[in-house]
Amino acid sequence: MTPGPGSRITYREAVKQGIREALARDPRVFLIGEDVGRYGGCFAVSKGLLDEFGEERIRDTPLSESAFVGAGIGAAMAGMRPIVEIMTVNFSLLAIDQIVNNAATLCHMSGGQFPVPVVIRMATGAGRQLAAQHSHSFEAWYAHVPGLRVVEPATIDDARGMLRPALESPDPVIIFEPISLYNMEGELTDAAASVDLSHARVHRSGRDVTLITYGASLWRCVTAAEELATSGIDAEIVDLRSLRPLDDAAILGSVRRTRRVVIVDEGWRTGSLSAEVAMRIVEQGFYDLDAPIGRVCTEEVPIPYPKHLEDAALPDAARIVAAVRRTMGDAQ
Amino acid sequence: MLSEFRLPALGADMEEGTVVQWHVAPGDAVKRGQVVAVVETDKGAIDVEVFEDGVVRELVVQAGTKVPVGAVLARLETAGQSAPPSLPPEPSGTAQEAAGSRARISPAARVRARELGVEVASLIGTGPAGSITIADVEKAQQSTQPSRQPSVDRAGERDMAPAGGMRAAIATAMSRSKREIPHYYLSLTKDVTGAVDWLAARNASVPVTERMLFAALLIKAVALTCRDVQGFSGFYRDGRYEQSPSVHVGVAVALRGGGLVAPAIMDTAVKPLPSLMEEFRQLVMRARAGRLRASELAAPSIIVTSLGDAAVDAVFPIIQMPQVAIVGAGAVSSRPWVVDGKVEPRQLIVLSLGADHRVTDGRLGAQFLAGIAERLAAPEKL
Repeated sequence: MTPGPGSRITYREAVKQGIREALARDPRVFLIGEDVGRYGGCFAVSKGLLDEFGEERIRDTPLSESAFVGAGIGAAMAGMRPIVEIMTVNFSLLAIDQIVNNAATLCHMSGGQFPVPVVIRMATGAGRQLAAQHSHSFEAWYAHVPGLRVVEPATIDDARGMLRPALESPDPVIIFEPISLYNMEGELTDAAASVDLSHARVHRSGRDVTLITYGASLWRCVTAAEELATSGIDAEIVDLRSLRPLDDAAILGSVRRTRRVVIVDEGWRTGSLSAEVAMRIVEQGFYDLDAPIGRVCTEEVPIPYPKHLEDAALPDAARIVAAVRRTMGDAQ
Repeated sequence: MLSEFRLPALGADMEEGTVVQWHVAPGDAVKRGQVVAVVETDKGAIDVEVFEDGVVRELVVQAGTKVPVGAVLARLETAGQSAPPSLPPEPSGTAQEAAGSRARISPAARVRARELGVEVASLIGTGPAGSITIADVEKAQQSTQPSRQPSVDRAGERDMAPAGGMRAAIATAMSRSKREIPHYYLSLTKDVTGAVDWLAARNASVPVTERMLFAALLIKAVALTCRDVQGFSGFYRDGRYEQSPSVHVGVAVALRGGGLVAPAIMDTAVKPLPSLMEEFRQLVMRARAGRLRASELAAPSIIVTSLGDAAVDAVFPIIQMPQVAIVGAGAVSSRPWVVDGKVEPRQLIVLSLGADHRVTDGRLGAQFLAGIAERLAAPEKL
């Protein structure tokens, strides 16, 4: 039985519901990837789907990212609506040629004759002690590429709802699912049925400072905002949701309200999405800023395996609070 | 000998001021008339000149401090004695750095300061790295305008609500004038076609930068008439009138943020028209930039206020204490006028006089006003 709106479910369950609904609604949809069938998915997202939908539509593949992502792209060009699952973003690098050179370009190079409506889901980020080959955040690399749409659901509603508009998009869409959120529980609301792929969302309203973030860092920001509230600093949180295109209007709108910004990005600082967001703010909102833009990013190391070192490398509420206080100056 | 440099009254209504910046440091030699400090008053930031030659011994009041008129700001070693050897200034952290580099101010605070007319050089920043923030700017604005709510975003009101400190100062000064000075008012309509034509002909033959405004003629005419008719250019203090030895005509300048100031063109009566015009132009520019000198604000012996560009016929102005008269002018406009028994279109102006009945009577006022009108009729002699 599918839990409906109002029930508390995990992020994992929300993603699974989205996939089930898509499979049930549209016969062109199928799921393809490593261990998605018999094993039920590396993160157990597709558990039970093989029994429900059969081998034709839940397809296990060899360990060959380039081959099965390419198969997904070809199927999409031929009229199917494939959902390709890649275990983690680290492994997607084996398929980056297919994604960047084929999925992102073919519609453009064929003068619009061959759109590539493929959806590629991949896990991202750290926090589960999966070490330096399974824990990175390469969202910015994909967000760099014209022809792709890149989204990252951070809430239960987005995890449940984003797949549908992604499958409806004529462009290839990459959905990043933060590894550390699969076990997160939350309430599924009616809003899940009407989410879009283009807009950032104000997750929490505030007047003193804007925290701009995405993915798992959203919840670090929520914790930080609660702590800041106890010392009278009212933080607004903007969840980017869409990493390409970026919702400049929402970003700038919030900056104009609060005039202070801290960007929280689980990617490394150098050449990061946080840098892109900051630059857009400078280009379009320089005269609205009342303080230098702050950033909290992952330390520039391969993500360590030991728990205490992994924690130390990642953005956390304490570092976000400290960055906000620096932005506030003496006026805090 | 050691001499005390005290905060001068930069206008009759001034009670206190904030030293926002020192241009000199201990050990510096200063000359009489040299601008040594910037003092924030209700009239804006004013450059304050020193009254004696000497060497600065000590700055008693630190920048950022508000003090009453008469407070000792600095001590000078003056005349006859050699200055003590100047000590190298002690390094004092942020103050030193700030002096050497551009003041840190956030982009948004800079915009806000411009909107509010707040002089940012005077502010102490509380933001990151000591930068000036919007809150600092708005606090500075509030501290000079106790009667107003902290402003959030008043785009619509901006034209109506001038800098609060100045509004309050105008309110105090004008209330006192209206309460204490028994004003009488006269007005006179004058055909100034001749002057307008003369001006047009003159302006046609000079570069744009040297073009003259009608206001310059009026200012000069008032100054000259003040010498002809006594009782209008001077000060009423302690129950008696004192004619000013020299005529310094103050010019009312409306400020963009609202409010107005009336700095003087010194020794107006002896200035040739072109240099008077140039000085007038400079004065308006500096007034609007908030860079007037203390002596200019305190000096006027009479004020001219022209609302010609506001298209009103006449002004009924209020005297600024301790002065005793003020001349108003409306717009020069083409109107029907009887010349030699025939109605003709002529360029007319309504001149008005607000004068202190404790010093003069209407008959003398009429003579004064007629004198101005007469001088306007002969612009080539101005």
